[in-house]
Amino acid sequence: MKAVLGLEDGSFVTGDGFGVEGECSGELVFNTLMTGYMEALSDPSYAGQILMFTFPTIGNYGADVQNMQSQGVKVLGAVCREICEVPDMKQTVRDYFEQKRLLGMSGVDTRSLTIKTRVHGTMRAALVVGSDDGDYAVRLAKKAPSISDCDLIPSVSCKAPYRIPGKGKRVAIIDLGLKTNIITSLTRRKGDLYIFPHNVTHEEIFGCEPDCLFITNGPGDPKQAKDAIATLKKCIGELPIFGICMGNQLAALALGGDTYKLKFGHRGANQPVKYVDGRIFITTQNHGFCVDAESLPEGCEVTFVNANDGTVEGFENEDLRINCVQFHPEAHAGPMDTECHYFDGLFRRIG
Amino acid sequence: MPKKAHIRKVLIIGSGPIQIGQAAEFDFSGSQACRAMREEGVEVVLVNSNPATIQTDPGMAETIYIEPLRSDIIAKIIEKEKPDGILSGMGGQTGLNMTAELAEKGALKDVEILGTPLEAIYKGEDREKFRSLMMEIGEPVPKSIILTSLTQIEEAINAVGLPAVVRPAYTLGGAGGGIARTREELLRIVELGLSRSRIHQVLIEESVLGWKEIEFEVMRDSADTCIIICGMENVDPMGIHTGESVVVAPILTLRDDEFQTMRSAAIKIIRALDVQGGCNIQFAFRNGDYRVIEVNPRVSRSSALASKATGYPIARVAAKIAIGLRLDEITNTVTGCTPASFEPAIDYIVVKVPRWPFDKFKGADRTLSTAMKSTGEVMAIGRTIEEAFMKAKRSLDTDVQTHTSPSEIRMILSRPTDERFHCLFDAIRLGMTVDEIVQLTSITPFFLEKIKNIVDMEKRLAAAPDSDDEILCAKRYGFSTAEIVQITGRKPEEIERIVPAPAYKMVDTCAAEFPANTPYFYSTCEPVCEIVPTDTKKVLILGSGPIRIGQGIEFDYCTVHAVQALREEEGIEVHIVNNNPETVSTDFDTSDRLFFEPMQLEDVVNILKKDGYYGVMVQFGGQNAVNLAVPIEQEIQRLGLKTRILGTSPDAMDIAEDRDRFSLLLKKLKIPCPANTSAYSEAEAKKKAEQIGYPVLVRPSYVLGGRAMEIVHDERELETYMKEAVRVSRNHPVLIDSYLQNAIELDVDAVCDGKEVLIGGIMEHIEQAGIHSGDSACVIPTQSLPPGVIDTVREYTRKLALGLGVIGLVNLQMAVKDNIVYILEANPRASRTVPFVSKATGIPIAKIAAKVMIGRRLKDLGYSEREIDHVAVKEVLLPFNKLAGVDTMLGPEMKSTGEVMGIDYDFGLAFYKACISADNELPLKGNIFISVNMEQKNDVIPIARKLRDLGLILYGTEGTVDYLHEAGIEANLVRKVQEGSPNVLDMMRHGEIRLIINTPQDKKSREDHYQIMRAAVDFQIPYITTLQAARAAALAIDAVKREKMTLEPISHYLK
Repeated sequence: MKAVLGLEDGSFVTGDGFGVEGECSGELVFNTLMTGYMEALSDPSYAGQILMFTFPTIGNYGADVQNMQSQGVKVLGAVCREICEVPDMKQTVRDYFEQKRLLGMSGVDTRSLTIKTRVHGTMRAALVVGSDDGDYAVRLAKKAPSISDCDLIPSVSCKAPYRIPGKGKRVAIIDLGLKTNIITSLTRRKGDLYIFPHNVTHEEIFGCEPDCLFITNGPGDPKQAKDAIATLKKCIGELPIFGICMGNQLAALALGGDTYKLKFGHRGANQPVKYVDGRIFITTQNHGFCVDAESLPEGCEVTFVNANDGTVEGFENEDLRINCVQFHPEAHAGPMDTECHYFDGLFRRIG
Repeated sequence: MPKKAHIRKVLIIGSGPIQIGQAAEFDFSGSQACRAMREEGVEVVLVNSNPATIQTDPGMAETIYIEPLRSDIIAKIIEKEKPDGILSGMGGQTGLNMTAELAEKGALKDVEILGTPLEAIYKGEDREKFRSLMMEIGEPVPKSIILTSLTQIEEAINAVGLPAVVRPAYTLGGAGGGIARTREELLRIVELGLSRSRIHQVLIEESVLGWKEIEFEVMRDSADTCIIICGMENVDPMGIHTGESVVVAPILTLRDDEFQTMRSAAIKIIRALDVQGGCNIQFAFRNGDYRVIEVNPRVSRSSALASKATGYPIARVAAKIAIGLRLDEITNTVTGCTPASFEPAIDYIVVKVPRWPFDKFKGADRTLSTAMKSTGEVMAIGRTIEEAFMKAKRSLDTDVQTHTSPSEIRMILSRPTDERFHCLFDAIRLGMTVDEIVQLTSITPFFLEKIKNIVDMEKRLAAAPDSDDEILCAKRYGFSTAEIVQITGRKPEEIERIVPAPAYKMVDTCAAEFPANTPYFYSTCEPVCEIVPTDTKKVLILGSGPIRIGQGIEFDYCTVHAVQALREEEGIEVHIVNNNPETVSTDFDTSDRLFFEPMQLEDVVNILKKDGYYGVMVQFGGQNAVNLAVPIEQEIQRLGLKTRILGTSPDAMDIAEDRDRFSLLLKKLKIPCPANTSAYSEAEAKKKAEQIGYPVLVRPSYVLGGRAMEIVHDERELETYMKEAVRVSRNHPVLIDSYLQNAIELDVDAVCDGKEVLIGGIMEHIEQAGIHSGDSACVIPTQSLPPGVIDTVREYTRKLALGLGVIGLVNLQMAVKDNIVYILEANPRASRTVPFVSKATGIPIAKIAAKVMIGRRLKDLGYSEREIDHVAVKEVLLPFNKLAGVDTMLGPEMKSTGEVMGIDYDFGLAFYKACISADNELPLKGNIFISVNMEQKNDVIPIARKLRDLGLILYGTEGTVDYLHEAGIEANLVRKVQEGSPNVLDMMRHGEIRLIINTPQDKKSREDHYQIMRAAVDFQIPYITTLQAARAAALAIDAVKREKMTLEPISHYLK
């Protein structure tokens, strides 16, 4: 099956399609992780994006569904150099894509596209599986809206509140596109979890009498999460607030701070962050937007910065009991180095 | 944290000679460490016994000692130099063991141990301590029991069962270990292991045979930041030493959660060991369960591989951490814009395949197990696993025997030998299924499927030779044009028209996330090439590939020197092509551009086609590179490139290789040579050998390290030889030379610019002609030749270098008999003695040669032949202790793996030092066993008398004792092996013999000789197999008893 990937700059590449015929358009982003492709494909933060793997062989151990980070693949489409046809596990990524009617493309010089993305900044792209019409794909890419204009969160947030009971502290969670392992990390520490949709009101949150509020990761531009920001504003000062990834950005926005779009984002399992005490941790990251350190109001302290580019990777406001990180301490895929540091810290802070 | 201010001077211990289990990787890491220290303003004192190392070059450290790595000697150096710290983890196991010994001796009272703390050395090596540490931190290890005596065998079998793994403590590359399947095997391996272990301790362990073998390279700094540089997966599962395994990077068949479990464990372990620097941790993994197998708290061969696989300079960073810098304070020199505190992400597949010496050792046991036998390795990079496998196979550059017999294939697969990797392809070609192969090998099916893809591709190509699509597909699988030509039968030009030129991609540590400025490239079949052609004057230097016997680190040394020399020149860019991950030449900042590639003709020519090159240098990489000279020149002409072969012309090289042309030249120059001829058939060989007269020296033309060279005494031996030799090299004739018995052999290394000749050094061999020059000890200056003869040697060198038209290096081998100088051979290329000459005389001849090759004149470079008043002895290291079943006799076939240098103001002292460094320490008292050929009895008498006079007690078997008595020398009788126990072997086993002098015997007593030598090797008793070496040993013992050894840095001698 043919496939073509068109870019907003007018260029395109052809390759071999897998999954089913169809088309999609959105941002083309690259991820540098070397294991954990199913975790990445199912990470809801990738909604609205076409995910390209820099690691050249994807699917080496098959489609391992037990480690997926949500119900199903959340990327618009997958682009890679090669997918493994005969992994040790029975179900291949190809089978999975066919069965779930997803869009994929292999046979691509992903390294050259990565360099292009790095130089140019993230581009809009269109993946057409079943065709090699480059001009069409380019037209489609150009027509794609900017990610900042997309309202992606409703598509990945839960539709109604639900509870995962636990014997410990009660955590209210605003689900903007929750990764499964955030739940795992919280329940491992006996958290009593109340999970709410993105448009929850503060009354509903207070209704469950939580010990803290937790804001999850999520896709797209944080400024699109208007409901969640409004709710958050009303909770600040009332409850200890924690957040991961988009949660970090929303906390900043709710405090009156600002976020901005990174040139091509941080996506991988090898990102170093530097803690205030000078220690470095290797983290999993997946974000295209970032908190502007200068914009944070008084009382906020940047706790983590990215050791590569100095951008904000977490901040704290002791008075208002806010503690958020931009990276993913729950890992999956990626190193568990900050799992204890963050989640133990969370429960220590609330009691 | 800033660097430790009180550390101003650091001692670095090198790893000594190249041997099986400890190769060039420690020169690579040691050199990086030296540079890193000096960047931080820390003074370096370096000790190493191996002259063929870049780290011992002037300018690498403030103070360099080329001295034996023995703790009492290093303790004296410490006393003299007063370093503030010792960097323990840079010299391999030798460096760690030495640090531990020094500490135990109390020599480190005022010296801080940096990097790997003493406790970590013990915990890494002492099995019991390691186990209890793992239990303490809750990490699983295989069930095991420690043995210190053979009597505990039953206990061991009860505790862990069979099969069981035997691992001796404190040995290199697991020497003396193995897998025992039966009680008898266990007994045998344990006995050997106990004798090899420095602390007489072996571990018997639960077998995790067949589990996946996974390795992590971990770094940790003083702030407790831990990062994983690289995870690696062995294609050969547990049961085969990782150094003997085909290895891929990164880990390919583990899920992320499985990977992360071991990653977290690795971090926990390095923290528990409190290592500040690099550490290698090995795991066995099966079905979600894992065991911690081994920890090497230092840089290692695996860390060298990880460095080259990712681009991350582990040794450099480890050295900086050791003096207190934090990972985020160290720049990632590859990107230049990010700190070293990140984990490399790679966007290609790396494959490492070991290179074994069994082409040299026909009698050796080729079974692979937990002990190392390989001498070197190749690394290949591709964007697919298939491509990396194919490139690795090409890089190996060995004759691969294809197996077609199913029973033979099954045997090799289930009891792995060096042939197993290739045999996997044969098995699939034969139609065996992946499942069947998994049953026999426990190899993860994923890898076998990749091999099957390659074999299926071969079949498709063969079935549809006219399909351009299949050819393109084969290219993407990493097939070379030559391989496609061979399968399809189509012309190379046709294939070239179909397939695109390869693209070169960069190794950048970060999968292109950041712009990188390291020029480190590999080829692949993809559309976008990252090399932009430039107008700069560029020179490509061919490296020497994997370390093998006959082509060792010396050639890498020469390659690096050539690069360094050219980089000093204005306006020249120097590029290297090589595929050996252990070496300095493939370090990311050695050259202006590095190509990590196979070095077959098309791989090299592809590079030349990509960018306009001024020239190619083939002289430095050894015989393999030289063999490419003529083919490269033909390709340059065919393609109309402007590139030239720099230095000596391929035609002149051909004269040197072609016996007939060479003889003609010698005749013209009036230089004598032993009668010689060549023959293309067995009948012709017999006729010609008869004309010359036996004994004759026979060998195939175009030899590497004397491969297949033999002294043949009669027609029957010649017949046997011809059958083997002709198979070795079908396209070239067999060379037959008259063999000069008991002649003195000389090696001369010189540089010629076409007008003048600079002699680097004239070396006298200690062993007689007939023993391969690479295996012979030698000395500068010559010790037994009158000045007139030396003048003749100089004259012949000059005439021959000019007569051949040498531009660059030339190595001449000569023999002197009855004061007549004969030329044995001329090699217009770098030789393995170049580093020794450079160190002994201070004349960097490889650098000078490189400059001459780009047009500089010798007279302008300002060097002249040096008279030296010190003596430098080169001694070799033989691999017999690592290879069971190998004949220990020296001959015209090279067998040694590495070399050491002893330097002093007296021959005896220098020889003594060289012997210590070569693990053959001469005793100053105790018992010596002497047994020599009856023909040599008159020659042995003065040697025996001298040894007796020096206070040593002589032992011998009947014949020897009789004639010693006749000469009035008392000697004690001991039984021959055949005469039953107690005999000489028993004395050796009980440690009663301190030195063995045993020269090759007649056929009848060959078995005795063989057993004695094997026992000497196994029980680590120094031994000597030639009378010349025995004479030198007597001189050495005498000298050491009379005067003190000099202990001065190398610069002191060269003042």
